[in-house]
Amino acid sequence: MPEVLKAPLVVEFPFTRSLGPVQSAFLTGLRERIVLGVRTGDGRTLVPPVEYDPVTAEEIRDLVEVAPTGTVTTWAWNHAPRRDQPLDTPFAWALVRLDGADTALLHALDAPGPDAVHTGMRVRVRWAGERTGAITDIACFEPYDGSPAEPTGHTGEFEDPITGIVARARLDYTYSPGRAQTAYINALADRRNVGERCPSCRKVYVPPRGACPTCGVATSEQVEVGPRGTVTTFCIVNIKAKNLDIEVPYVYAHIALDGADLALHGRIGGIPYNQVRMGLRVEPVWTEGGRYPDHYRPTGEPDADYDTYKELV
Amino acid sequence: MARDLPVRDIAVVAFGQTDHRRTSEELSEVEMLMPVLHDVLAQTGLKTTDIGFTCSGSSDYLAGRAFSFTLALDGVGAWPPISESHVEMDGAWALYEAWTKLLTGDADTALVYSYGKSSPGPLRDVLTRQLDPYYVAPLWPDSVALAALQAQALIDAGDTDEPALAAVAVRSRDVAATNSHAQLQGSVPQGEYVVRPLRTGDCPPIGDGAAAVILAAGERARELCERPAWIRGIDHRIEAHGLGVRDLTDSPSTRLAAEKAGAFERPVDTAELHAPFTSQEVVLRKALKLEGGVRVNPSGGALAANPVMAAGLIRIGEAAARIHRGESDRALAHATSGPCLQQNLVAVLEGDPR
Repeated sequence: MPEVLKAPLVVEFPFTRSLGPVQSAFLTGLRERIVLGVRTGDGRTLVPPVEYDPVTAEEIRDLVEVAPTGTVTTWAWNHAPRRDQPLDTPFAWALVRLDGADTALLHALDAPGPDAVHTGMRVRVRWAGERTGAITDIACFEPYDGSPAEPTGHTGEFEDPITGIVARARLDYTYSPGRAQTAYINALADRRNVGERCPSCRKVYVPPRGACPTCGVATSEQVEVGPRGTVTTFCIVNIKAKNLDIEVPYVYAHIALDGADLALHGRIGGIPYNQVRMGLRVEPVWTEGGRYPDHYRPTGEPDADYDTYKELV
Repeated sequence: MARDLPVRDIAVVAFGQTDHRRTSEELSEVEMLMPVLHDVLAQTGLKTTDIGFTCSGSSDYLAGRAFSFTLALDGVGAWPPISESHVEMDGAWALYEAWTKLLTGDADTALVYSYGKSSPGPLRDVLTRQLDPYYVAPLWPDSVALAALQAQALIDAGDTDEPALAAVAVRSRDVAATNSHAQLQGSVPQGEYVVRPLRTGDCPPIGDGAAAVILAAGERARELCERPAWIRGIDHRIEAHGLGVRDLTDSPSTRLAAEKAGAFERPVDTAELHAPFTSQEVVLRKALKLEGGVRVNPSGGALAANPVMAAGLIRIGEAAARIHRGESDRALAHATSGPCLQQNLVAVLEGDPR
């Protein structure tokens, strides 16, 4: 098996999420060290609160304060905390039913070891030093042997409620393009365009993805195509892309390499943007050390006849 | 009250799966999938152009790329245009969609496939992104941690203990010795705690894999398969997303889905349960009222191979294949999705009387 290409792939996004009235009150409350639940039609108090009764699906927004003390209903000892989890020292995950609530909240429980944790144990909220209106305003729970804390009598109305959260997330992958695309990318580094021929319909795909989308069969026979090709269609780009050092306007085109049955994408250079046309004959231009063509430029040949590339438009 | 029976007889007529492995990084998704597609087509003699409806299941979060399923469509001959759909879920739900499509009479055959490559990313962390984004996901509780909360709840309730969980692990990997596709077979150490009370042996292997099934209606099924596995009922149910709202020691959604699928009308002889963690088998056995005479997970189940997004479809496929081979007459297949058995699908499959 030839060595397969690999590269780090980081997916990172700051999701901006808006809050409804119930979630807004709950998260604003955490900022103010107040824990709020919501009362259902049958008189249960849900913490954390939701906007719709999980049993009846009725809209609910009757906020009620509960205590920052509670009881562990189940737990699991996490001896090796992972990135972004609430504590970086060993801790217990716990579902905690706060005093006054009928349901349990998931969070971390800071305890010296698994022997110090049991279902039914009493705990209390440890507030984060800096609070922004997020579930992480609860830093974690900690063991507590006192009586239930008294609610402050808060109504759930806040002067400056938060209305949204930014939920940051990052995942680190190792991307591998697989056999067919690895072969294609490796050949490109040698300034060769290598496609694959379908054993059934005999079409040559560039870039190859290992399958013929018409026949649904694996492709494996490698075929060198190009380097020259024909512009089958194009567009003129007038908006400068971020982090891309190309002057606008420029032309982005579909290029059918000679011998290929599928057009690939490429930028056209070496010719004014308003003189690019369908049928223009082009060839790839590699920059020093480049692993793929920087752009395609005119070869100077006469334009290709429309009939020679109309199937690929 | 009598259950409404499907208006059309629909059967699983072919099933194929990859050898599930820790990594298949040398293959793209479509390269991994295609041999499985060719396998089920060869079993039935159908060509891609003969298929009336195609439906797939996969997840962009495993691939780390948007619309990743579109590339896999190269493998099913999606040009000229075909009738196709996709679910961002386990392929068992894709099968449910295909089944309803066949019920409408718009198609007589359906190709269902699903795949998952867990190797590119940190699976335990990736799965946190399916959790409630306001209250839970910001804490990054990983998939093993959530299963461990459920396991502790079961232990506290007296439903199981660590030796009983270990026995589930041992039995699953022992029977998987006869399953050449399984990733973990035979004796596997129970190991250290991953998140207590769950040890390595209580957790499924992380791996890459794919599966495919062909469905056919009525006489078409008999033409394509000597002993079709008729879907007598199929149903899926979901529970509240809030873990603290649910009773983690029970699975009322599984029980309800099983009831609606007709699982309790007569005993089954085989049950393929999608229980990635040993503790979840305890919950499912209780919810499904499985008695001692039922063969549970003769394939080894998800503890032997758990390609995410395919493992549920594999349960239906394994149950159907036993009927095809004459090793079962009435089988139950279960698939799950989400943390702590949040969503559950149950199908009841039968072979013609012998």
